[in-house]
Amino acid sequence: MSAATSPIGKNGGGLAETVVAWARRNIWTIGLVGLLVAFLAITKLIQPNYGAPAIQGLAISILPIAFAAVAQAIVVISGGIDLSVGSVMALASVTSAVLMKDQGDLFGVAVVLGVLLLGLTVGAINGGLIVATKVPDIVVTLAMSFVWAGAALLILNTPGGGAAPWLMAIISGPLGSEWLPKALIVLAVIVAVVWLPLRRSTLGLTLYAVGSSPLAAFRSGVAVGPTKIVAYALTGFFAALGGLALTASGGVGAPVPGSYTLQSVAAIVLGGVSLAGGRGGVLGPIIAVIVLALVRTDLTFLGVDPNLSTAIQGAILIGVVMFGSVVAMRKVRA
Amino acid sequence: MNEIEDAPDLLLEATDVAKHYGAVVALRSASLAVRRGEVHALMGANGAGKSTLVKILTGGVRPDRGTILVRGKPFVVHSPAEARRSGVVSVYQEPALIPDLDVRSNLRLTQSPVEATRHWLAELGLPDLDLNDVVRDLPLATLRIIDLARALAIEPDVLLLDEMTAALPANLTELVLEVIGRQHGTDRSVIFISHRMIEIAAVCDRATVLREGQTVGVVDVTAGSEHKIVALMLGDMVRDLPARVADVAASAGRPAEATPRISARNLSFGTKLTDVSFDLYPGEVLGVVALEGQGQDELFDILSGSERPGGGEFLVDGAAVSFRHPADAIRAGLVYVPADRAEALLMQRSVRENIALPFTTSFGAWGPIDVAGERRKVDKAIATLQIDTRAAAEVRRLSGGNQQKVTIARWVAGGVRTMLCFDPTRGIDIGTKQQIYQLLRDLAAAGAAVLLYTSELKEIQLACDRTIVIFHGRVVAEIPVAEADEATLLRAAYDLKPDETMPEDLAAEVVAAEAMDPGAAHDAADAQPAGPQ
Repeated sequence: MSAATSPIGKNGGGLAETVVAWARRNIWTIGLVGLLVAFLAITKLIQPNYGAPAIQGLAISILPIAFAAVAQAIVVISGGIDLSVGSVMALASVTSAVLMKDQGDLFGVAVVLGVLLLGLTVGAINGGLIVATKVPDIVVTLAMSFVWAGAALLILNTPGGGAAPWLMAIISGPLGSEWLPKALIVLAVIVAVVWLPLRRSTLGLTLYAVGSSPLAAFRSGVAVGPTKIVAYALTGFFAALGGLALTASGGVGAPVPGSYTLQSVAAIVLGGVSLAGGRGGVLGPIIAVIVLALVRTDLTFLGVDPNLSTAIQGAILIGVVMFGSVVAMRKVRA
Repeated sequence: MNEIEDAPDLLLEATDVAKHYGAVVALRSASLAVRRGEVHALMGANGAGKSTLVKILTGGVRPDRGTILVRGKPFVVHSPAEARRSGVVSVYQEPALIPDLDVRSNLRLTQSPVEATRHWLAELGLPDLDLNDVVRDLPLATLRIIDLARALAIEPDVLLLDEMTAALPANLTELVLEVIGRQHGTDRSVIFISHRMIEIAAVCDRATVLREGQTVGVVDVTAGSEHKIVALMLGDMVRDLPARVADVAASAGRPAEATPRISARNLSFGTKLTDVSFDLYPGEVLGVVALEGQGQDELFDILSGSERPGGGEFLVDGAAVSFRHPADAIRAGLVYVPADRAEALLMQRSVRENIALPFTTSFGAWGPIDVAGERRKVDKAIATLQIDTRAAAEVRRLSGGNQQKVTIARWVAGGVRTMLCFDPTRGIDIGTKQQIYQLLRDLAAAGAAVLLYTSELKEIQLACDRTIVIFHGRVVAEIPVAEADEATLLRAAYDLKPDETMPEDLAAEVVAAEAMDPGAAHDAADAQPAGPQ
């Protein structure tokens, strides 16, 4: 139902047939793209001078939450959930900001790699605890979210530190056309380099298998426990990328996680990832993040009370998901 | 077949295997010796330790004691993946395919060769399966076939088939048995588990019988050996199925003017149920016989209040009723026992709560529960049904037979007026079946009315007073119990006239149909040209 139903190639059938099959499998994502275009049009209508600079600002502002959504999507696809995504982002953000402040470029690169490793480790700890203790994932990651949030505050109790100039530079401004923000390219490149090969690998297959049916996966010979740990580690990795994006976009470390965890869950639900696991991809959630950001922008332009605008976003989220399940039910009956 | 001379005669040899779960002994001392090139049946009543032994062989559970050798090499595995590498591949009762992946990805997950799988798919009647189909969208029977083809493609030393034919239609069952039969005399072996004696007789060379966690015998499967197998399975509990559970013929003298408990008048629903009429009287067990998909599911849904009839009239105690909800049916005294226990029970709750639930809710009060009264009723029901309460804290830990007893007990506890049983003995052992037949007879003797749909034709004469036969959504026959032998019922189920001789191809079907589960001979019924009427 979304960007990632069949990781493996096709067999026979004409080109048209293949395209139709692809469209059918990715119908949710295609619908989301339509929604995105509609909201862009609405935005332009409300604010006639909404243009390239605004798009660039939008791209930078959504970068952290986009990484958070990818992180959440991976773990939910494999049948879990991670409520510590926001805290891990905060931890990664302050760690990078403290270490990078007033240091050279090369050291900055080392810090980035170190922080990504930190994310992997923190995620693996989350997953390891879930697998080893059999305590429900919601409980473990909620508890760990306090641990990681506390750790972030111990490192830096107010926003501070600094970001390496190159780190800030790679996400600000456009590349080539002024309509092509660097932040968006960074996002696309990282997702393409990390997630796409992974999804086409056996590991990717096992992530979907474990989320779809742990018992059938076990019987098919999948090592369920280790696969879950890997899923959480990958989530930690993308959460760390989110934290780095926070540092890069703000120029300082942000020790308070904000509402990224819940926003990431909202984005994956809107993005077509089934909370029951096994279904969805990462493209849908990323588009969902942009749609949700545009909704917020439009409501601000319209001068709607910020509190009311939060409520409206919630209503839109429920409305779209309900619409989606009604359409899905119709299809089953037909 | 006993004269295989080659040195490693035994492909798989398990000796003195034991497994405890806390204080519960699941397997006391099981042994199993499978020869090369044989199809070996593993038999045992529910709770005999069969499923534990299967879990050990598939790497799901580690034994406490005992040795297992495959081709003479120690077989120590901790997961199905390791078991596969050691030469043992299993096909389970439920498909082990990932629902959200396509077939090809599923094959890749188990590293099964695609071409060989395609070959076996073709052999098993699915030559045109599109490997890009997502598993979720495929019918259940197809999934089982894919499971089997995938396992065959791996060419394991030992192929373990655990009740895999349970829900296959008759034509597919035949194909499966035929393919399994081809393993005879090869370098590989099959361990075959099935509740249906007819299948065991058709393909198996020998049978190992388990009882109470122990191997109690190994039987050469020949004509008539099923009696021996049953005797071993039952031990000294019951010798054989009695010809009749109770003297049911005596109850034929029902007063002519009695009001039926249930009267169905021309009930219809959608395309499945076109015109069903019958009367169910207090004090009788009325059988319902039908091949798969003849409208019996819809009929029971209507009677139990899950669906509303599309047309026709439905009377309880002489008054027309219209149920909007199962609660309405229960209030009118119509209680439902489904074949699928998971539909009826709260699997994570205790035996006690499950039994108490219907009558605590029926009082409609949200106030405090009368604990003492509840306990009395529950204890009585547990005693009546002889439920094994060793694992009473969570129903899901009980064996299938005991779970089914709980689904019946929860109605018995509150007092039964009308019980609707939809294939209540599906997949449970003979001992428990006997107890259920006896219970249904006792209920009828106490004045209750029982409607019993069963996929096992034999049960009609064991438990019913008379039976109706449904074909293509209509009642096509009513047969008194004295005449309701299997052949008669089967002809009626195919809507053949009693004196007509069965066509050749159908006579062959009888063999499969006798073994078939919820009347899977559907396809055969469809293919059958309308008999001369």
